[in-house]
Amino acid sequence: MMLTRFLFEKIDRAGWVFLVLLGIAAVLVPVLNLAVPPGSMFHVSNTAVGLWGKYMTYALLAIAVDLVWGYCGILSLGHGAFFALGGYAMGMYLMLQIGPRGVYAHPTLPDFMVFLNWQELPVAWWGFSFFPYAMVMVALVPGLLAFVFGWFAFRSRVTGVYLSIITQALTYALMLAFFRNDMGFGGNNGLTDFKDILGFNIQSQTTRAVLFSLSVLALMAGYLVARAIVTSKAGKIIIAIRDAEPRTRFLGYRVENFKLFVWTVSAVMAGIAGALYVPQVGIINPSEFSPANSIEAIVWVAVGGRGTLVGAALGAGLVNFAKSWFTGAFPQGWLFALGGLFIFVTLFLPKGILGTFTDWWRSRQRKPEPPAATSASQPAA
Amino acid sequence: MNASTRYGPGIISGRLRPRPYHSALRGERIGYVGALSSCLFAALVSFFLILAGPARAQDNAALVQRFATESFNDIVGAVNGLATSGSPRAAPVIEALRDGRLVYRASDRAVFIRRPDNSFVNALTGDPAADIGTTRPVRLNNNVRRAIDAAVGALSLLHPDPARRISAAEAVFKSRDGTALAALEAAIGQERDARIKTLMEEARAAVVVANPQASEADRIAAIGIIQRRGDQDALAMLGSLPATTPPLVREAAESAAVGIRRTLAVWEAGQNVWHGISLGSVLLLAAIGLAITFGVMGVINMAHGEMVMIGAYTTFVVQQVIRTFAPGLMDASLFIALPMAFLVAGAIGVAIERLIIRHLYGRALETLLATWGVSLVLQQAVRSWFGPTNREVTTPSWMSGSIEIGHLAITANRLAIIVFAAIVFAALLVFLKRTPFGLQTRAVTQNRRMAGAMGIRTNWVDAFTFGLGSGIAGLAGVALSQIDNVSPNLGQAYIIDSFMVVVFGGVGNLWGTLVAAMTLGIANKLLEPYAGAVLGKILLLVFIILFIQKRPRGLFALKGRAVE
Amino acid sequence: MLNLKSKVLGLVAGAAMAAGVLAAPAKAQEPIKIGILHSLSGTMAISETTLKDVMLMLIEEQNKRGGVLGRKLEPVVVDPASNWPLFAEKARELITQAKVAVTFGCWTSVSRKSVLPVFEELNSILFYPVQYEGEESSPNIFYTGAAPNQQAIPAIDYLLAEGVKRFVLEGTDYVYPRTTNRILEAYLLSKGIKAEDISTNYTPFGHSDWQTRVAAIKRFGSTGVKTAVVSTVNGDANVPFYKELGNQGVKATDIPVVAFSVGEEELAGIDTKPLVGHLAAWNYFQSVDTPANRDFIARWRAFKKNERAVTNDPMEAHVIGFAMWVKAVEAAGTTDATAVRRAMIGIAVPNLTGGISTMMPNHHITKPVLIGEIQENGQIQTVWQTPGTVVAQEWSPHLEGSRDLIADHRPPMNCGNFNVRTGRCGGAPR
Repeated sequence: MMLTRFLFEKIDRAGWVFLVLLGIAAVLVPVLNLAVPPGSMFHVSNTAVGLWGKYMTYALLAIAVDLVWGYCGILSLGHGAFFALGGYAMGMYLMLQIGPRGVYAHPTLPDFMVFLNWQELPVAWWGFSFFPYAMVMVALVPGLLAFVFGWFAFRSRVTGVYLSIITQALTYALMLAFFRNDMGFGGNNGLTDFKDILGFNIQSQTTRAVLFSLSVLALMAGYLVARAIVTSKAGKIIIAIRDAEPRTRFLGYRVENFKLFVWTVSAVMAGIAGALYVPQVGIINPSEFSPANSIEAIVWVAVGGRGTLVGAALGAGLVNFAKSWFTGAFPQGWLFALGGLFIFVTLFLPKGILGTFTDWWRSRQRKPEPPAATSASQPAA
Repeated sequence: MNASTRYGPGIISGRLRPRPYHSALRGERIGYVGALSSCLFAALVSFFLILAGPARAQDNAALVQRFATESFNDIVGAVNGLATSGSPRAAPVIEALRDGRLVYRASDRAVFIRRPDNSFVNALTGDPAADIGTTRPVRLNNNVRRAIDAAVGALSLLHPDPARRISAAEAVFKSRDGTALAALEAAIGQERDARIKTLMEEARAAVVVANPQASEADRIAAIGIIQRRGDQDALAMLGSLPATTPPLVREAAESAAVGIRRTLAVWEAGQNVWHGISLGSVLLLAAIGLAITFGVMGVINMAHGEMVMIGAYTTFVVQQVIRTFAPGLMDASLFIALPMAFLVAGAIGVAIERLIIRHLYGRALETLLATWGVSLVLQQAVRSWFGPTNREVTTPSWMSGSIEIGHLAITANRLAIIVFAAIVFAALLVFLKRTPFGLQTRAVTQNRRMAGAMGIRTNWVDAFTFGLGSGIAGLAGVALSQIDNVSPNLGQAYIIDSFMVVVFGGVGNLWGTLVAAMTLGIANKLLEPYAGAVLGKILLLVFIILFIQKRPRGLFALKGRAVE
Repeated sequence: MLNLKSKVLGLVAGAAMAAGVLAAPAKAQEPIKIGILHSLSGTMAISETTLKDVMLMLIEEQNKRGGVLGRKLEPVVVDPASNWPLFAEKARELITQAKVAVTFGCWTSVSRKSVLPVFEELNSILFYPVQYEGEESSPNIFYTGAAPNQQAIPAIDYLLAEGVKRFVLEGTDYVYPRTTNRILEAYLLSKGIKAEDISTNYTPFGHSDWQTRVAAIKRFGSTGVKTAVVSTVNGDANVPFYKELGNQGVKATDIPVVAFSVGEEELAGIDTKPLVGHLAAWNYFQSVDTPANRDFIARWRAFKKNERAVTNDPMEAHVIGFAMWVKAVEAAGTTDATAVRRAMIGIAVPNLTGGISTMMPNHHITKPVLIGEIQENGQIQTVWQTPGTVVAQEWSPHLEGSRDLIADHRPPMNCGNFNVRTGRCGGAPR
């Protein structure tokens, strides 16, 4: 009952379109992929399923970023870290599922540990062969890190670029740490050559299609959670923090607690996105922690429309689709196109694609609408 | 091409003993031993000739012919044979070999010297030889080079050039060649320069210590001399005594080595601090332009690293032009590159400001997006234009090599960069604090509207300030081209560190940037020997994160309205 | 409402159509497509771009000779942008959408590891041209670069023969140096080098401040025992490393540095005068004076329209790999991956250093090993070479885990990791 009320009261029109389209995709794509024979014009190729599944996880990451940046004004240059940590937790589970089917046929140790002469499984890996434990870790590790980091940072009132740069320092430090082979996470090669997940062959097309649907569902769930947060009463305060943090504090709100809440939820969301990403792309390696990846996530949100949630997801899909296409179609010059796109969007579509589209739509309707709470206003940096 | 040379331990004999490593010459810049005028060399050889006794002329032909081989062992033998023969052809032949100008004709094993004008002379007679047919060069490898160094070294103890005498003394110190003793004694007798004399005495001591015929007392006294030298060469010397050394001598050598190690450990700490200052100055240079565009103007300038890269590529282009049109100016190339890099990077900076950034004031975080795009475009532009591979930037001779102060090795390029960073920093400080333009810049960044109301053209100041920051990044690129890759990725390597430095020091405060760069540099280098390069860096990043909790606005927080 | 929805749908449909354009199916008599999977941007572009160019040249030349099986060859270039998951994505795109018959690509081990499951799943062929750590033999990958015993071990033999008794193993912290150094440590100990005379150290990728490390190397080398550095330092980090060596006066006559990842291409970015005499171990040098190599260099320079374009070892690996593939396709009479894989084994083609390289049943090729010294002009001059070619040991006998493994992709074994002790094919049934 609550849910229905929530759905009908809190979801705006763009949100409905978004959810319906995703719902259709979650059902239709696997069907078109598995049931329609290749060669038919309705067939969705395996490659496309994998690709769009990847975009879905990126879109979830973008929603997580938009939640903290678009609504709470926290520009995180380190969300890639939470994404990668979730991915590593999933990767470790998948790695242990290989079992004795590794190239060295070692009963317990992953291949990279065998040829680096590790004698036993490091403590950090214990329990990861148990799927529920791994899934808890997918949420817990990024959540806990975000909680501890946020607890200190928000309490010390680290804001603005200072916060952005220390989040960057966080992901950079993690990247360097995971690059070290001594850490026991596979160093630069990371974790790869996965065989199966919960007993299903990870290379089978059914598994892929299911993973795609799961990613879509996770994206829908992520959107609903984020939407629920920003339209709640707490959401109003969160937006107030974005627009005038000192003033909100002077009004008596414990700003740091609200920030910490959004921040941790967002990190968990990013972690889940990472966990869904890994089985679909088949590799997780420390370069996922690289600061450039986190900046790219910011770029998706900005391109799609900051503070719109749907726009963030759209931006993630669009930029990554452009990237996939450009790297194949113009391998020599795609960076010009991508860089040009970012400059163009910033200069000419300051509210992002969705924000601009909404404005245009409203002006065409020529009837004044109450300004949505989610419109991309100009927050203090 | 199928060199069937066997490298057995047998070649480590005669003049080719295992040799300790060679450190920088004390007080002298090292470099490739410059060409020596043939006649001087010949005169010295004739001096050596008298010492060595006359050689039989008919042997010369056989000696020179030994060079006509593909076997490095035989070439080493030929060098040694020729050097000790006292033949008047020794000097020109060995010199030609050193410079890669010795060739031979495979058909009859005749050996020729290629002169700088590409004509040939017969190596044996020195007569011009025309139409010599196909020849192959006599090849060099490290063993041959060592043999040449030893041969040339021992022969130039009396050279009029002090630098040559120093390298000769060092060569003997390392070779511990008993046959050089007589020449060494004679040289010590004549030497006027106290420093060189000390070196020669050390070399003599090295010969004596290694000489099984010398008395134990002499050898222990010699160990004392070597201990006074006290550097890593001395340690190497003491650590490699022949197996037949009597126990007493061995004990003295070991206790001397312990003493040297103790002293060197202290110097090592100093060396680490020096490395830290050097790294700090690199960080300062990389970050100082960002301290203006980001720190002062508030633009999250992700294209900063690309400005550094453009500065480095400007250096490359300037050097290419100089190489083509005025090769003599190569040593001054960096001084020409500096203003050019400033102008090129500065102009691109102004263009970026006018075209993009100026539309984004008040939307600081969106500058991140736009400059990220700019950075991608610039990287790819450079990659398309110059190619993806590294470009060679020549290091001027005055920036090569190292000097030693005490036991501190100071590399010339690092010293130059430290001095340069200091100059740039001081100049920028004076510019911002003491010039009308600096005043306007500070006014605009502190309170844009008020500054505008006072009649300052804020647009113009913005463009110029961004250009200044970018120009300084270009200057940093000139310096970094001397120590790092000149590739399209150059900027990416420094952008994160630069942001860390600026934020750690406190945004908007130049002194903060200086202190932050030096702190991070020195801390990094003090940690590295114990924690390793990666862990050291991780520790520093964690430290920055914790430090910002303690001081949320960096080391030197800016106060007043500009903060919010 | 409806209007908005149709607009969004239109957008999605447009995107799907764009994806459909990519998926245009190849017809039978169309040219044979060849995938080129090398990074053209990002950190690895510095090394990989030339490999893309050399492939384009080889394909162009083959087309002038009439192509293969009477069909023209068509290169399909994509940019995986030094991004490892993107390698897997692009590999899938090449195989399933562009329908390439074969792919030449990858440089780093991690990129190969990333695409390996894709090539095995879709049964396509990858030629991997770079020296690597071994410990792998996929039925779908042909390794034309050197395994450790085709590069590192002979270099150590050379140093030992030179009388070196103390070793610094300096590497970048990733799997190739880690594995190579573990193999070398085991090998050195077996040759009677004492453990305290081996110092191993790892630095991060792109390490640019080498002051501390070079000072430490000098210190390690000052015991009077002849010392050498064995460098597995990767790509970018080499230029600052060599610059620091030069400036701190570490000369080849005192402490030689033998490198496994420094070729003519890297040296083109450095002033090599202070580095004369330092060593490199490869299977090919540009300076090798054979008719085949002279011809190749001339063609390459003409293709690049650059009189000073340099060649290097991974380029030669592609030359060999491509020639082998052409021969195998002609022998098999088809580009079908399974048939070509069968036909590949035993194919022998001349390499550029005057010998013959053969594809062995372990999917690695035989190679000569050359040790060279860096010259003033940035070239590397051979000072020693193996009398013939060396067969790759993809599973190192010096490592505990891989001692008992062998690879033989011929029937009846058909296995990349056969355990001779247990008599079973180690991994999963592929």
